[in-house]
Amino acid sequence: MVLLVAAALFSVGLYGALSQQVVVMVMMGLELMLNGLILAAAGFWWFLAPDPSGQVLLLVIIAAMTVEMAMGFAVATMLHRVRRVDMTDLARDLSR
Amino acid sequence: MSDPSVTVVPAFWALGAAGLLGLLASVAAIVDGLLSARAAGAAAGTGWSRPAGEVARLMWQRRRATVAADTLLWRTGGAGLLVMALMIVTVVPLGAWTLFDLDVGVVWFNAMDVLAWAFVWLTGWGANSAHALVGGYRFLAYGLAYELPLMFALVAPAVAASSLNVGTIAAAQQGLWFVTWMPLAFLVFCMGVLAIAMWGPFSAAVAPDVAGGVSAELSGVDRLLFLGGRYALLAAGAAFAVPMFLGGGAGPLLPAWLWVLVKTLALLAALVWLRRRLPVVRPDLFMEIGWVVLLPAVLLQDLLVAGIALARS
Amino acid sequence: MVSHVAFWVLAVVAVLAGAAVFIVNSMARASYALAVSFIGVGLQVLLLQQNYVGVVTILMMVMEMAVMAVYMIMFMGMNPALMPMSMVHDKRHALAVSIGVFVLLAAGTLIVPWPTRRGTPPADVTMTLGEELMGPKMLVMAAVGVVMAATIVAGVVLAAHQTRYDRFGDDLRRRPADDPQPGGVGR
Repeated sequence: MVLLVAAALFSVGLYGALSQQVVVMVMMGLELMLNGLILAAAGFWWFLAPDPSGQVLLLVIIAAMTVEMAMGFAVATMLHRVRRVDMTDLARDLSR
Repeated sequence: MSDPSVTVVPAFWALGAAGLLGLLASVAAIVDGLLSARAAGAAAGTGWSRPAGEVARLMWQRRRATVAADTLLWRTGGAGLLVMALMIVTVVPLGAWTLFDLDVGVVWFNAMDVLAWAFVWLTGWGANSAHALVGGYRFLAYGLAYELPLMFALVAPAVAASSLNVGTIAAAQQGLWFVTWMPLAFLVFCMGVLAIAMWGPFSAAVAPDVAGGVSAELSGVDRLLFLGGRYALLAAGAAFAVPMFLGGGAGPLLPAWLWVLVKTLALLAALVWLRRRLPVVRPDLFMEIGWVVLLPAVLLQDLLVAGIALARS
Repeated sequence: MVSHVAFWVLAVVAVLAGAAVFIVNSMARASYALAVSFIGVGLQVLLLQQNYVGVVTILMMVMEMAVMAVYMIMFMGMNPALMPMSMVHDKRHALAVSIGVFVLLAAGTLIVPWPTRRGTPPADVTMTLGEELMGPKMLVMAAVGVVMAATIVAGVVLAAHQTRYDRFGDDLRRRPADDPQPGGVGR
C-alpha cells in the first residue's frame, strides 16, 4: 500500500520533470520523484527487513536530494547570469 | 524508547499546554508593555494593561485587504507562527509530564523552528506589498545566518546527554546544569529564539524603516495572530531552553513542574527585556557574523562538549 | 486503526499537493505545495516508526522549499497570480509516460509476491541508526560528507561571478575586499 502512494508521487514527479520548461520547475519534479523514493524505501524497510542498516539508504537519498538542489541552483544561477535564460529548451549547447 | 522519568499525559492535556503557553505569552506581552511605558517616560507601574487594550483594538479592527493578495498563503503564514509555538511545547516536559515523548525531540524542535522560514516569508509574500516582501526576504537572510549555529548549538546538550529525547536530556543534568559548561551553545540558542520570534536585535524583518516589514499590511485578527505568534514563539523557545540547558525541573524545595515554569518565566522576561537593550543587526552584516564567527565558535563548543562527554563515559 | 486512517489521509494530501505543484500558477504556491507534500511524506515515515528520518525530511525540505521559493521568484520575476501562463512543453507525451510508469509500478506492487518480514525492528531505531552510521556503515557517512563538501565548493564556484581578483584587486592586496554585499566582520 505504501508503495502505491510512493508510485503515485514518483509518477507525478516524473510528469513534472518531463513537461516543465523552467529549470527550477524541473528540479521540483525531480524532488517529487525522490520524495516517492523516500516513502518507498521507508515502506520496504518497515515491512520487509527492519534491520538497522536499511535506514542508511534513506539518509543517502536525503543527502542526494540536497546535493541535487545545491548543484541545480548553482547551475541555474550561472545560466541566468550568463545568458538570462531560465528554460531548459534554451540551454542546449550539447545538442548541437 | 521513552524515558522512565517522564510520563506521557493524555492528548486532551494539549489544551492545558496551549493555555499555559497563552499565559506565558501574555505575561511576556505585559512585561513588554511595562518596559515600553517606562522607556516612554510614563510613571513606573503603568503600561501593564497595554496588551489587553491592543487585543481589544485588534479584535475590533476591520481587516484590511490588498490588491491581488494571495489570501490563502497570507493567512497560513500569519496563523502558522502560533501553531509552530504549540508544536514546540508538545515535546517540552513540564516536570514529570510530557505530551509527546518523541525520541528525537531535539530534531523535532529544529524541524518546527525551520517552519518559521516558511511562515514569515509567506506572510510577507501573501500581502502582495513591496514592504512586506522586503521584510520576508530580510527574515530569510537572517535565517540563512542563524539556522546552522542554532542547529549545532542544539547538538551540544544532545551529545552531552547522549540522547535526542528532551526528557532524557533534562534528566541528565540533575547534578550540573548544561548552561554552566556550554554557555556559548546556550547564548547561540537564545539568539536563535530571538531571531525566530523576530525580536529585539533581529527585528529588521518587522522594522519601522520598511513600514513594519512583514507585518506592514496585517490588520485586525491577522495582526493579532501574528503578534501573538511572536510572543508565543518567544515563550516556547524559553520553555525549550529549560530542559535543554537549565536543568529542567531540577531545583530545591519547589516541585519540578513549578521550577520549570519559574525558569521559563525568568528566561522569558530576560529575552523580553533584551528588546530595548540591543541594537538591530542588519541582515547582510549578520550573515557574515553567523558564518564566520558564530558557526566555528559553536563547532568548537561542540568539540569541547564531545570531548568531555567521551572522557566522562 | 487510527494510524491507518492517518496514513491514508496523509497519502492523499501528499499526492494531491504533489500534483498541485504543476497545476497552480503561482511560484510561491507551487513551492509550498511541494513543501506540504514533503511534510505529508515525513509524517508518513514517522508513522512507519522511523522517527529520525521522518523529522529530518520535514526539517530539510521545508528549509529547501523556503529557498526554492526565493529562486523561483528571482528567475521568473513576475507574479503569475496576475498573469497566468503555461510553462510546459510536450505535455501529452509526458503525461502518457508518467501514467504508464505509474501503472507499471502499481502493477508491480500488487503482483509481486512480497516476502514475509525478516527480523524485527530494533527497540530504538534512531540509536541503532546512529550506531550503524558510526560503525559498519562509516564509509557511507564519510562519502556523504565529502560529497557535501565538494558540492558546497562546486556550487559556490559555479554561481559566484566574482573571482579573487575582483575582490582583492589585481595584486590581491586590497583590504577590505570589494564585495557586492559587505559582510559584518572586520568592516
